[in-house]
Amino acid sequence: MEAKERLKIPRQRMPEQTPEQRKSNFFEVPLGYTPELAQKEALRCLQCKRPTCMDGCPVEIDIPGFIKLIEDEDFIGAAKKIKETNSLPAVCGRVCPQEDQCEKTCVLAKKFDPVAIGNLERFVADYEKDEGEIEIPKIEKKTGKKVAVVGSGPAGLTVAGDLVKMGHEVTVFELLHKAGGVLVYGIPEFRLPKAMVEAEVDYLRKLGVKIKLSWPVGASQTVDELFEEGYQVVFLGTGAGLPNFMHIPGENLCGIYSANEYLTRSNLMKAYAFPDHDTPIFSGKNVAVLGGGNTAMDAVRIGLRLGAKNAYIVYRRSRAEMPAREVEIHHAEEEGIKFHFLTTPIKYISNEDGWVTGMECLRMELGEPDASGRRRPVPIKGSNFIMEVDTVVVAIGNSSHPLVPRTTPGLEVNKWGNIIADLETGQTSRKGVFAGGDIVTGGATVILAAGAGKKSARAIDAYLKTL
Amino acid sequence: MSKILEKESLGPKINLIKLKVPHIVRKAKPGQFVILRIHERGERIPMSIADLDLENDILTIIFQEVGKSTAELATFKPGETLSDVIGPLGKPTPIKNYGTSVCVGGGIGIAPLHPIAKALKGCGNKVISIIGARSKELLFMEEEMRKISDELLITTDDGSYGTRGLVSEPLAEMLKNKKKIDFVMAIGPVPMMKAVCYVTKPYRIKTMVSLNPIMIDGTGMCGVCRVSVGGETKFACVDGPDFDGHKVDFDELSIRLKMYLKEEKIAMERYLSLMGKQ
Ligand SMILES: Cc1cc2nc3c(=O)[nH]c(=O)nc-3n(C[C@H](O)[C@H](O)[C@H](O)COP(=O)(O)OP(=O)(O)OC[C@H]3O[C@@H](n4cnc5c(N)ncnc54)[C@H](O)[C@@H]3O)c2cc1C
Ligand SMILES: Cc1cc2nc3c(=O)[nH]c(=O)nc-3n(C[C@H](O)[C@H](O)[C@H](O)COP(=O)(O)OP(=O)(O)OC[C@H]3O[C@@H](n4cnc5c(N)ncnc54)[C@H](O)[C@@H]3O)c2cc1C
Ligand code: SF4
Ligand code: SF4
Ligand code: FES
Repeated sequence: MEAKERLKIPRQRMPEQTPEQRKSNFFEVPLGYTPELAQKEALRCLQCKRPTCMDGCPVEIDIPGFIKLIEDEDFIGAAKKIKETNSLPAVCGRVCPQEDQCEKTCVLAKKFDPVAIGNLERFVADYEKDEGEIEIPKIEKKTGKKVAVVGSGPAGLTVAGDLVKMGHEVTVFELLHKAGGVLVYGIPEFRLPKAMVEAEVDYLRKLGVKIKLSWPVGASQTVDELFEEGYQVVFLGTGAGLPNFMHIPGENLCGIYSANEYLTRSNLMKAYAFPDHDTPIFSGKNVAVLGGGNTAMDAVRIGLRLGAKNAYIVYRRSRAEMPAREVEIHHAEEEGIKFHFLTTPIKYISNEDGWVTGMECLRMELGEPDASGRRRPVPIKGSNFIMEVDTVVVAIGNSSHPLVPRTTPGLEVNKWGNIIADLETGQTSRKGVFAGGDIVTGGATVILAAGAGKKSARAIDAYLKTL
Repeated sequence: MSKILEKESLGPKINLIKLKVPHIVRKAKPGQFVILRIHERGERIPMSIADLDLENDILTIIFQEVGKSTAELATFKPGETLSDVIGPLGKPTPIKNYGTSVCVGGGIGIAPLHPIAKALKGCGNKVISIIGARSKELLFMEEEMRKISDELLITTDDGSYGTRGLVSEPLAEMLKNKKKIDFVMAIGPVPMMKAVCYVTKPYRIKTMVSLNPIMIDGTGMCGVCRVSVGGETKFACVDGPDFDGHKVDFDELSIRLKMYLKEEKIAMERYLSLMGKQ
C-alpha cells in the first residue's frame, strides 16, 4: 500500500466500557482491539527506514518490525518479535505513557495522529495469551553465574528476564506475597488486570527465573549476606514505596489513608471483593483524593467504584500542571470525578469517634515558576472553606523504600534517600551492586524502570564476564 | 508456603502453633514479629514471635481468636500449610543489662513478652515478671515465665488465680514501697499498657511498650500502622513495634484499632454462617 493511502486511514480507537457501565465495576476500561481493528491500525505505519518511534522506546522494541507482522496477520510472530527485547508487553501496552514515548517520536505525530503503538503492542500480547501458544525462546548456554534481584517491579523483572536469557542463574526476592511491584499493588485492576501481570511473571518463571516471595532483603538477609551465599551480583529494584504525608493536624484520624494503603487494600488484597476476600476497605460517601498524578487518578476512581456519591480530586495547582496521563484524567472526568483545582487542605475536622468529617482548605493562585518549572501555587489569604468528607486519600508522592539502604553499609544515597547509581549501567557505590528504577530516579514510570533494567542487565553481563 | 508442625490449645480461644521457617528463625530477635496469610483470599495477619528454636529452625506463635482471620487460623491442623509467612519484621527490643527489669504481660501479650524476658535475664538483669489475665483459664505460659524470672507475680481480674486485680497494681505497689526498678517492659491490651505507663511515669522509669496497630505490609510501605509518639508520627512496623511508653498517644491508637469494627463483624458473621452450613 502507498504511503498516501496509509495516511488516509484514521487512528483506530480502542473500544471501551461506557462511563456509566464502568463506574461501578473493576473490569478493565478499554476492551482491546479486534484483529480487524489491529490490522487496520497497523496499515497506518509507514515502515520508516529510520523509525524515529524507536528513539522513544527505552526497551528497544523493533516497532515497525512487529507492526509489519500484524499487517501480515502473523500475530504470534509479532508477539515474539516484541519479546525479543521486552519481557512485559501486556503491561507496557497498557500503562506505558506512549504519548510521551514512542508515539511522541513517531513521524506521523507532527502532522497526523501517531500510530497507536501501545494499543498494537497490547493487542498482540493479549492475542498470544488467549491462543495459549507461549513459546520459550532459546536460552544461552548456562554461565554458572548467580544474580540476586531485589524487588519484582518492572525494573527487577526486566533485569531478571534479560539476564536469564543470557544464561545466568537469577533469583528474585520480593517482600510482598505477589510479584510485580506497583503493577500488582498500585495500579488498579480496571487499568491493568492482575492476571496480565501474573502471566508475564509466569513467563519469566518458565524462562528459569526463580522468584522468592514474602522475602524482605534487609530483614531476612542483608545484601552482604547474599554475596556470602554465593551471589556475584545484587540488583536493587526496590522502588519508591514510602508514602509521604502532609503533616497537617488530624492526619491520623480514621478515614484518612495514604494512597499506598488505599491502593494496596484494593488491588493487592482485593478489598473491593470484601468479604469474599478478608481485607476490608472503607466505602466512603464523600471521598477526597489529594494530588494530581496517576496515583491520585487511580485512587479517586477506586473511591467512585466502591460507591462514593462524590469523589473529588483536590489539587494545589491547575489542570495544566497535573502530572497524570491525559487519558487517565479524561477517563476520570468522563466517570464524573469532581476536580477542585488550586486547593489545598490545611487541617482535618473530626467527630467524637475520631473519624474525619471535614477538611479545612485554602484556595491557591499560581505565582512564579518553581524549581520544577511549574508555576508555584500560593495560598490566598482568608480563602478558607470547609469540604465535607468521610474519606481522604493522600496521594502526594512517595519516597524511596528504606529497608535496603538502611541495612547495606557503603551504599550511597542522595538527600532524598534514592540510591546513587550510574544511569547508563546502574552501577552503585558498591562493587557488584547495581540499581535501577524508582529507587534511583524517584517515582517515574513503568517503561523508564524497565529501560533502566535493560541497561543494567547489559552492564551486569559485562561485569560477570570479568569475574 | 509454610507447614504447621505442631498445634496446641493453651486455653479457651488461645492457640499455639509451630512453623519451620529457617530463614526467619536465623535472623529473628525478641520483640520482632512476622506476618502471615492463611490462604489466597486471606488478609495479612501480624503475629509476634513467642519463641524461637534455633537448633530446629522452629518459630512459635501464640494467638487469640478475636475475629474471622484468627478464628479460621485456629481451624488449621498440623500438616496443613499457611500460604505465606514473612519476617522477621520490626526492630528488636533493645536488650541490655538495665539492672532490675520488670516484665509486665497482659493476656495474649504474655506471648511476645516471654522471649524478651528470657533475653533480659540472659544478659544479667534481675527479672521480675507480672503476668495477668481476665481469669485463670486464660492464663498461659506460667511455667515458662517462672523459669526465666527471679520473681513471678500473677493477677486475674476476677481473682480466680493469683491476686485479684490488674497487672499494673503489683507494679504500683512495688514503686510505692521504694523498690528500685530500672526498666519496665509492658505488653498487652492498650488500656493495660496505658495503665502501666501511668504508674511508672512519675518515677521516670524507662518503660517500653509493644504496639499492635492495624498493619498490612509490615515493611513501611502503607502507613496504616502510624502511631503518635512524642507528638511525631511513627510507623510501628518499621520504627517499632516497641516505643517509649511515656510518649505514646494510647487514645489515638485505641481509636485507630476500631476503624473496621463494622466490617470485622460482617466478616465474622459471614464466616460463622458458612461454617454452620458445612
Ligand atoms: C498508583 C500508581 C499508578 C501508576 N501508574 C502508572 C502508569 O499508568 N504508567 C506508568 O508508566 N507508570 C505508572 N506508575 C509508576 C510506575 O508504576 C513505577 O514508576 C514503576 O512501577 C517503578 O518500577 P520499579 O521496578 O522501580 O519499582 P516498583 O514497581 O515499586 O517495585 C519495587 C518492588 O520492590 C519490592 N521491595 C522493596 N524493598 C524490598 C526489599 N527490601 N526486599 C524485597 N523486595 C523489596 C517492593 O515490594 C516492590 O514490589 C504508577 C505508580 C503508582 C503508584
Ligand atoms: C506487631 C503485632 C503483633 C501481634 N502479635 C499478636 C500475637 O502474638 N498474638 C495475637 O493473638 N495477636 C497478635 N496481634 C494482633 C493480631 O494481629 C490481630 O488480633 C488479628 O489481626 C485480628 O484479625 P481477625 O480477623 O481475627 O480479627 P478482626 O475481627 O479483623 O479484628 C479484631 C481486632 O484486631 C485488630 N486488628 C484487625 N486487623 C488487624 C491487623 N491487620 N493488624 C493488627 N491488628 C488488627 C483490630 O483492633 C480489630 O478490632 C499482633 C498485632 C500486631 C500489629
Ligand atoms: S514499551 Fe512503551 S515505549 Fe516501547 S513501544 Fe511499547 S508502548 Fe512504546
Ligand atoms: S515512526 Fe511511526 S510510522 Fe514510522 S515506523 Fe515508527 S510507528 Fe511506523
Ligand atoms: S504496616 Fe504498612 S507501613 Fe506499617
